[in-house]
Order: sequence, then C-alpha cells, then structure tokens
Amino acid sequence: MANKNNKNAVFSVENLNLWYGDDQALYDINMDITENEVTAIIGPSGCGKSTYLKTLNRMVELVPIVRTSGQIKYRGSNIFDKSYSVEELRTKVGMVFQQPNPFPKSIYENIVYGPKIHGIKDKETLDHIVEKSLKGAALWEEVKDRLHENAYGLSGGQQQRICIARCLAIEPDVILMDEPTSALDPISTLKVEELVQELKKEYSIVIVTHNMQQAARISDKTAFFLNGELVEYSDTNTLFSTPADKRTEDYITGRFG
Amino acid sequence: MVTREQFQDDLNKMTSDIENLANDCVNVFQDSVDALFQNDVEKAQQIIDNDRKFDAEELRINEDAILLIAKQQPVASDLRRIIVAIKISSDLERMADHASNIAKSTLYLGSSNDTEINPIVREMTNKAVEMLNVAITALKSEDISIAKKLAEMDDEVDHLYKQVIESNFETTVNNPQQMHTMMQLAIVARYIERFADHITNIGEQIFYIVKGQTYGLND
Repeated sequence: MANKNNKNAVFSVENLNLWYGDDQALYDINMDITENEVTAIIGPSGCGKSTYLKTLNRMVELVPIVRTSGQIKYRGSNIFDKSYSVEELRTKVGMVFQQPNPFPKSIYENIVYGPKIHGIKDKETLDHIVEKSLKGAALWEEVKDRLHENAYGLSGGQQQRICIARCLAIEPDVILMDEPTSALDPISTLKVEELVQELKKEYSIVIVTHNMQQAARISDKTAFFLNGELVEYSDTNTLFSTPADKRTEDYITGRFG
Repeated sequence: MVTREQFQDDLNKMTSDIENLANDCVNVFQDSVDALFQNDVEKAQQIIDNDRKFDAEELRINEDAILLIAKQQPVASDLRRIIVAIKISSDLERMADHASNIAKSTLYLGSSNDTEINPIVREMTNKAVEMLNVAITALKSEDISIAKKLAEMDDEVDHLYKQVIESNFETTVNNPQQMHTMMQLAIVARYIERFADHITNIGEQIFYIVKGQTYGLND
C-alpha cells in the first residue's frame, strides 16, 4: 500500500498497531504520506482516523494507557525511538483542531506565542513573523488594522485561520488538521479549503474530515479507515470514482456510516 | 444499516424510466417496420406525429438526473448510473427517430407500392428487437456477460444489412425502373442497422457502470 512516486514521503508508517489499554484501535497500518500533497483521511466515527492523525506527532501519548508497535518514520527517523525528541517533532509537525482554540490574547500575541517560546525576542523579527503567518493563513488583509484586539472578537472562520497562522509561525514541515472546518459555516469552510490548496505548495498536509465532498475537493490522496484498519489508500480521483474495495464504495456512496 | 433509501428509490425509478422508454422504443420500431410491410401510410403518419413524446421523455429523464446530481452529490457507481441514464436516454431518443424515419420512407413509397420488400429487412428488425431486450436485461441486472452478447448480435445485423444492399443493387441492375424504391429500402435497412448500433452503445454504458471504464462493443 506504500506509495511509490517521485515525490518524497514525509512519513513512512510501517506495521503500526495501537492499543488504548486492552482495546486495539489501529491494526497494522502501512501508509506513506507524500510531501507537498494533501492527504485526506475519511471513515466513520470510531474508525481510528483521529487516533492515527494524533500518532503522527505523538500527541496520542497524552492518553496514558496508549501502547504502540511498529514504526513511523518522519523524514527517515523513527519517531518512537527513545532518543527522538518529541518537542522537535511537534515543532515540525503542527496541528489544527476541530474547534478553533485561539488563546484569550490579542491576535498578535497568539501568533508570536510559539516563536517567543523558541526564544525569539526581537520586535522586528516577531512583527515579520506575524505578517508572514497571517498572510500565509489568508487573514492578513482582514485583521492587519486590529492586531492588538482580542482574538476572541473574530468570527469562527477567522479564529480557525488564526490557529492555522499560529501553526505556521513556528515554520512547520507538516500540518495535521483534525476536522478543521466541521465547526465553520459553508463560506468559512470554503476559505479554509482554498487556504489548504495554497498551503500545500510549502507544507505537507494531512486532514481528517467527515465531509467526503471536502476530501474529494481538496486532497491528492485519500485513505479510508474502518474499524481501525486502513481499507483503501489511493489517488483521490480513483478512490471517489472507482474504489477497489466494496466497503469503500459503500461508505463513499453513503450506504453505511 | 441501510441508508439513503430515498436516493436508492430515485435511482431505481431512473432505471425503470429507461426501461419503459426502451420498451416504447421497441414498440414504435416494430410498428414502423409493420407499416412499411403493410403499406400502411396512416400508421406511418401516427408514428411520425408521436415522435415528440420520445423527445419529451428524454428531456424529463435528463432533468431528473440533473436534480439528483445537484441534490445528492453522488460519487462512484451512483454517479456513473446517473450519467449513463442521460446517455442511454439520448440513444433511445435517436432510435425512436430512426423508427420515425422508417415511417417517412413508408409515406414516400405510398399506399400503392406493390414492390415486394426483402424479407431480410424483417429478419434485421427481429434481431434488433432481440438485441434491445438483451440490453434491457443487462442494464437491469448490471451484468456485463449479458451485455457482451450484443457485439456478436450487432455483427449479425451488419451482415444482414450487407445482404439487403447487395440484393437491392442486383434488383436495380435488372429492373432500373425500381431504382427509387430500392434506394428507399436501402435507406430503411440503414436505419435499422443504425438502430442496432445504438443498442451496442447501451451495452457499452453497462460496462461503464460496472467497471468505470469504456469498452468497445462496436469495433
């Protein structure tokens, strides 16, 4: 199931199994994630797609009873190695969540929060990071005159783009998105979708979505998970037109789930 | 758990609409050839007058298909079924046009035509009707092994068509005064041959539904 083409794999997932205590949530996942592409993960609730996503930056380990086997290579190094720095991994692999979760601070402070933790203090450099990140999140024009107002004053769609800008501020390599538009109205959703298309030129994006049309619209590859298994992983065009597995066909045509 | 029951009902209705249109097509086609053999200009005129019903039915199926696409966002085989309904209804509309054209030839020949019509024309007609019934069965069951039979059946129709043309040519050489009639009958044979070609198109569409790729039955 590993994908072989000219682009590099940012992640190579090999024989990944994951348990919450005694309950196995992921079964023997083998899947490469290609750089500068959008990879969508679809599947019914409880299929393991969010678990899988959170494994890619080891955020899943915040649940204490989690165990894993197999390996995930990020740019060639196994992220489960004892010597591997989780902090370094999470700097490179940013995440955007379902509910926009800006800090109760100004727009400006939201963006510079990460860079400041990484020791950047120079005002000019921080100003530059704010402008670049907000432009990258297609939000600069809307907020440039009120950077010091509280981010809570923004609309839901704008707050989600603040979170994307906050993610861009630490210059990640990969952006993980866990249902980033499920709490947004249709127009804000389309704005985030267009943004994702822009972002893939510089970043690799993995997006979990319940919205199959969204997966079809914005992704290059799509993975279908069911009951913790990776059922099918292929070009989005193929998966949504002629899926190989009957279970995929039944799911995307809405016959179950 | 079964979901999208309404959508499934709408898809099933679309298939049964196609089936009904195909059955109407069989009837008008047989009537048009009967009228030809019986010099029945009245029946021929009726067939011509009724052709707009087929045009209207094709439009209606297309409108239903567009609404389903807009409202249900179908993908994969569901989407192919709807696209195929649009294409097959267009083939059936063209096939009804051929029946109407045969009726026009009957009018041209007139009620006093006394030339014996080559019985192979009847044979071609029967074969084409058999083909359309096979195509409908294949469509309903989405069975490509049945659809595959259409290629061979179409070859038989093509073969019969050549026989009609050769025989008409011979008649024309021996009886030049029959040239107009023979030409008209050659045109009729051509309409029947084209009618059968459209049925192979329907067979190809069934391949597309099942496999998601095209397959030539008329090569």
